[in-house]
Amino acid sequence: MDRILFGDNQFFGINHMSEEKARAQAMRFGDLREIIDLLDAAYDSGIHVFMCTTHDRISEICAHVRLHPERYSELEFYPCMPYAHKYANAVTEHGMIEALKRFLPAEGTFSALLRGGLSIATRDIEGMARLLIDAEMKMFSGLRTPVIFLQNVVTDLLLGIGIKDAFRIFADHVHERYNAEPGFITMNMPRLLDVLEEIGIPNPIICANINKIGFRMCGGVQLYEEEIASRNFRPVAMSVLASGAITPHEAIEYVCRQKKIQSIVFGASSKQHIKEIKQHIDAFDGRAQNLVTPIVPGRRVSSNGIGWHQ
Amino acid sequence: MINVGLIGLGKMGLSHLAIVNAHPDAKLIGVCDTANYLCSILHKYTGTQVFSNYRELLDQKPLDAIIIATPSRFHSEIVREALHRNLHVFCEKPFCLDAAEGLELADLADRKGLINQVGYHYRFVGAFNEAKRLLDVHALGRLHHVRVEAYGPVVLRPKAATWRAKGSEGGGCLYDYACHAIDIMNYLVGMPEAVSGAVLNKVFSQHVDDEVYATMHFAGGLTGTIAANWSDDSVRRMSMQVTLWGTNGRIIVDRQEVKTFIRAKAENTIVEKTGWDTRYTTDFHSDVWYYLRGEEYSAQLDYFLQCIVEGRPESVSSFASAAQTDCVISAILQNANDPKRRVDSRLTTPSRRGLLSSVNGALR
Repeated sequence: MDRILFGDNQFFGINHMSEEKARAQAMRFGDLREIIDLLDAAYDSGIHVFMCTTHDRISEICAHVRLHPERYSELEFYPCMPYAHKYANAVTEHGMIEALKRFLPAEGTFSALLRGGLSIATRDIEGMARLLIDAEMKMFSGLRTPVIFLQNVVTDLLLGIGIKDAFRIFADHVHERYNAEPGFITMNMPRLLDVLEEIGIPNPIICANINKIGFRMCGGVQLYEEEIASRNFRPVAMSVLASGAITPHEAIEYVCRQKKIQSIVFGASSKQHIKEIKQHIDAFDGRAQNLVTPIVPGRRVSSNGIGWHQ
Repeated sequence: MINVGLIGLGKMGLSHLAIVNAHPDAKLIGVCDTANYLCSILHKYTGTQVFSNYRELLDQKPLDAIIIATPSRFHSEIVREALHRNLHVFCEKPFCLDAAEGLELADLADRKGLINQVGYHYRFVGAFNEAKRLLDVHALGRLHHVRVEAYGPVVLRPKAATWRAKGSEGGGCLYDYACHAIDIMNYLVGMPEAVSGAVLNKVFSQHVDDEVYATMHFAGGLTGTIAANWSDDSVRRMSMQVTLWGTNGRIIVDRQEVKTFIRAKAENTIVEKTGWDTRYTTDFHSDVWYYLRGEEYSAQLDYFLQCIVEGRPESVSSFASAAQTDCVISAILQNANDPKRRVDSRLTTPSRRGLLSSVNGALR
C-alpha cells in the first residue's frame, strides 16, 4: 500500500465540520474539471492513489483516466463501497425489497431469492452480495484497484448486528474476482479487529479515524494507540485532522509517530493544502527514518532499532 | 444486563439492532418483523431468535425493554401492549398518529414508572445541546423568533411505493421530516400555543405532503417558523438548521456547528466573543461506545438503557415531550384546512380611491 492516499469527501459535499463549506465544495466540484484539476495536483505531487467512494460521479473520473492512460500511468484507485446514501434513499423511497431489486443487475435473482422464503440458502445471499459488489465495481473496469474497501456504514452495521460471515464473503470475492486486497473502513476499530481475527482474515487492512483528539474513535485514543502498536493489522489513518480541529503539523506528527500506521488518507480542496500535508508527512517520515537512536541501556526501542518511542 | 427485544427491521430498526447489540449493558434476545426473508437472514447469520408476530416475541422472551421501529401507525398499539406487560419502551418517531392517544400513553407509562423514550435523535446532537445551554442562560436575551428548516432527498420522483407514501400510515414529509423540526423547536424554546399559516404541499407524491411550512406562536410573543421539504436533493442527506433571534443576538445551529452573533452592547458574560463566533462539532461531541451513523443514534439508546439501569426517569425525549410534538403536528394538519385570507386584486391606493370617490361624488 502507498503511504499517502488522496480521499474524495471534498468532492461530494461531505464536510464533517460545516454544512456551509460542504455546500460550497459541492458547488465548486460540480464541475468535473475542478475535480480533475485537484486530482492532477495530488498526482503530480507524488500521491498516486485515489481512495474513493463508488459515487455515481466517480465513473466520470474513471472515464477520464481511461482516456489518458499515459498521463495517469501510476494511478491506482482504492474503491470504497457502497455509496450508502444511494441505498438508504432508495430503501426509504421504494422499500427494502424493491430497492435491492433495483441495484441487482439480473432481474430474476432477487425474485428467486424471495420465492425461497424462509428457506433462503446461504449461497443465494452470497450470490447477491457478489452481484452487488460487481455492480459497484463496474465503473472501475480497466483500471487498477489493488485494494477494495467496505464503507464504514456497512462495515459497522454488519459488525454491530453480528453478521460476521459478510466480511469473509466480501474478502473472498474481492480476492478472487478482482485480485485485490480487501480493506475495511470502520469507526469501531478494536471491535472490528477482534472479529476479523476471529473469522480468519489475517493482517487485515483497516481504515479508521486516527487523530490526536480521539474524534470518532470508539474505545478512545489510548486503546487505539495500544491496538496499533501491538496487533497484527495494517492501519490506514483517516480523519487525521479531525475535520480541521487539529493543525496539520500537529495532526501529521501524531500519526507519523505511530510507526505501524501504514497509510494516511486525506482529502483537501486546495492545491496548497495538498502540498502542505504531503510535505508534513514526508518531513515526519524522513525524520523518523534518519533519527539516530542514542544508546541508552535498558531503553526500549522499536523493532527495527530506530524510530520514535511511544 | 437488560434483555431487549426489537420490533421492525426497517432502516431505523437495523440501525438500532446494530447499536444495541454492541452495548455492554444490553442483550438483544428477540427480533420481530413481518418480512420473513429479513428474519431468516438475521437468524441464519447471527442466531438471533426471530418472530413474525410481535405478541409472540412479548409472550415468549423474558424482556425488560422493547424497541419499536415499525411503520408509525402500529406504534400506539404495540406501545400499549408493551406497557401493559411492564416493559420499558423506546419507540421511533413520530410517536402516535393520534395525539390524544400519545398523551394517554405518556401518562400510562409515567404512572407505571416505566422508562419511555421516543427516537428524536436531534435532542442528542452535541451542537443542539450547546444551543440549548446558551438559551437556558439567556445568552440571546429575550427571544423573539426561531426558525427551523429541514431539507433532504427522500421523494424525488412521482412514485408511491412504501408506507411513507400513505398519510394514513404516518407517511409524508410532516411525519417524517417536519416532526423533527417541530420537536427540536419544542426542545429549545418550549411548546407553541398556536399554529397559523400551515401549508402542506405535494411536489411529487400523490397522497402525501412533500413540503410543510407553518408559523408557531409561543407565550410571551415569541414566534417561530417551520420549513421542511423532503424533495430537495441539493443536500445529500437530511440537514436541519435552527436559527434563533433574540434581543442580544442570533444563533445558527446545525449538526456540525454553532454560530453565534452576540451584540457588543449586549453586556454578555456568557459568550466569550461578541460579534460572530463559530464552534464546531469536535468541541461538543461526546464519545460513544459504538458509532454507526452519528453519535446521536448511539447516545439516545445509551441514555435509554442508562435510565433503566439507574432507575431514573427519562427527561430528554420522553413520551410526554413526543406527545407534545404530536399535538403540534395535529394542529398543523387542522390549520392547513382552515380558510385562507383571499388576496383582493381590486384594491386601490388611497389617492386613487380619493379620486374615484370625488368622481363618484360628482356623478351622484
